[in-house]
Amino acid sequence: MKRPSAHDTEVAIRPARRPLFGDVNLGDRLAQSGGALIAGIVVVILAALVLQMIQASTPAFSKFGLGFLFSSKWDPVKDDYGALPFLYGTVVSSIGALIIAVPVAFGVAIFLSELAPSWLRGPVGFTIELLAAIPSVVYGLWGIFVLKPFMAEYVGPVLKSTLGWLPLFQGPYDGLGMLTGALILSIMILPTIASISRDVLRAAPPTLREGALALGATRWEAIRYAVLPNVRSGLVGAVLLGLGRALGETMAITMVIGNKVDISASLFEKSSTMASQIANQYSEASDMQLAALTEIALVLFAVTLLFNVGARILVWRTGRMPGGGRSA
Amino acid sequence: MSDEELGKAGAPILHIPTTLGAVVIAYNLPSVKEPLKLTPDAIAGIYLGDIKTWNDAKIAESNPGVTLPADPISVAFRADGSGTTGVFTNYLSAISPTWKEKVGAGKSVAFPAGSGAKGNEGVSGVIKTTPGALGYVELAYAKQNGIAFAQVKNANGDFVTPSTESVTAAAAGSLASMPADYRTSIVNAPGAGAYPISSFTYLLLYQNVDDAAKGKAIAQYVWWALHDGQKLCAPLDYAPLPAELVTKLEATLRTLTAAGQPALPKA
Repeated sequence: MKRPSAHDTEVAIRPARRPLFGDVNLGDRLAQSGGALIAGIVVVILAALVLQMIQASTPAFSKFGLGFLFSSKWDPVKDDYGALPFLYGTVVSSIGALIIAVPVAFGVAIFLSELAPSWLRGPVGFTIELLAAIPSVVYGLWGIFVLKPFMAEYVGPVLKSTLGWLPLFQGPYDGLGMLTGALILSIMILPTIASISRDVLRAAPPTLREGALALGATRWEAIRYAVLPNVRSGLVGAVLLGLGRALGETMAITMVIGNKVDISASLFEKSSTMASQIANQYSEASDMQLAALTEIALVLFAVTLLFNVGARILVWRTGRMPGGGRSA
Repeated sequence: MSDEELGKAGAPILHIPTTLGAVVIAYNLPSVKEPLKLTPDAIAGIYLGDIKTWNDAKIAESNPGVTLPADPISVAFRADGSGTTGVFTNYLSAISPTWKEKVGAGKSVAFPAGSGAKGNEGVSGVIKTTPGALGYVELAYAKQNGIAFAQVKNANGDFVTPSTESVTAAAAGSLASMPADYRTSIVNAPGAGAYPISSFTYLLLYQNVDDAAKGKAIAQYVWWALHDGQKLCAPLDYAPLPAELVTKLEATLRTLTAAGQPALPKA
């Protein structure tokens, strides 16, 4: 006898789920059409948003064409605009934030889910999640009044005397700039990555851990070889959610990155991101400048979309890798 | 408004100066107690990125006896579009041909050096937290927040402390060259004691308002603002208009009409 498969079960259920029209429970129908309506609104809003941005940025696009993406000019007096410095600032500050935040966040997540005594998990986890609830502008103010002087007085000189030969740490540093921007972003995305990673690790079947320990693995080996490979795609997802926040973050980074339209290898240099430039100049912009800012918004949207699609592919692929999705 | 904007407006519009503001060069030099004196050359040099340290000869020569640190100058500018930037870059364009050619004037420009911050509060935040910083902020803002600011050498060759008096003096010095529609810049104004980075604030009024009651009320309010209202300027760190200009403006206000009739009684 054939074992019933999931498919058979579905076929068997189907007639019961879709009876003749008049028999359908009214609540079900309302929920279905209401849900469809709400889901549809999201799609419509997104489409309207993109259309509006394309329309508003048309003057800039027809004037600068694709060169907009490769020009590093931003001169409102001569009406000459390009997006490259902001593209660079957004990507570098976000990646910098990931480099700082990911190891810490994973450490926190592993500690909370695997190593910490249970009485400690609650309070520490709660504190981490509280970090995510702090408004962006508060991070920005803290950045200006606490982090900036600290960076200028202690971190800057230390980096300069030890790693000053690297092109990354050139020039004068007064506490504002790419490094401070990336650091504040890393603090802001840390709770997102840490708390999702912790949930992902907790969701791993305890049998994996127990099995590995039973085979004589040390605690670290159990985490490293039994737990982590099984939750890889979830961890990648957590990182990418953090990256999403870093790419779009506006207020805090605007307050500490220095807002200079410039591309420099040095992390001490001031820079701008796409979001910060829009926040700074949108309110007083008109004509071509407004069109150029809208085009930057469109580019930011495209970059976010690109990273998200990339994330999906990465999660999907790690999920299919041998050892990557055995039971996750 | 520019000629082009006025053309697009569809109806005649008057520019009425109501009060005066100024942009000051604020700085953070804990070791320097005397007010710093800056020449136009020094200000343009700092913002062009040519003058990089505080002990540069161009700053030192106008500050004899002051020990200036050898530290780098952390230049701050407004990252958002603003009238303050408009006045300041207007001034820089007036006194520095290099600035005029390389950067120009506008509400938002491509600053060649320094770091940007949002709003007067952003720039003064940078200045306050950064020893060695220099930036431009509105006079009223700098005064109310207790930030040190520099004396600036004016067209007459005097170093002038920005104050409501020296800003009014700048407006008085520009009266001779003032066009009939009042649309003018008074940066680098001639006259003794005139602070060179000053500017009018305007009200824009339609020459004729169709609603008679509204038109009269607006005209009477502006009349009040130019007379009794002027006394309220100085306590708020804005400079009152020179008396001579108010007399001129009275004649202009009498040309306002409400539903085609004069909005104010005949003199």
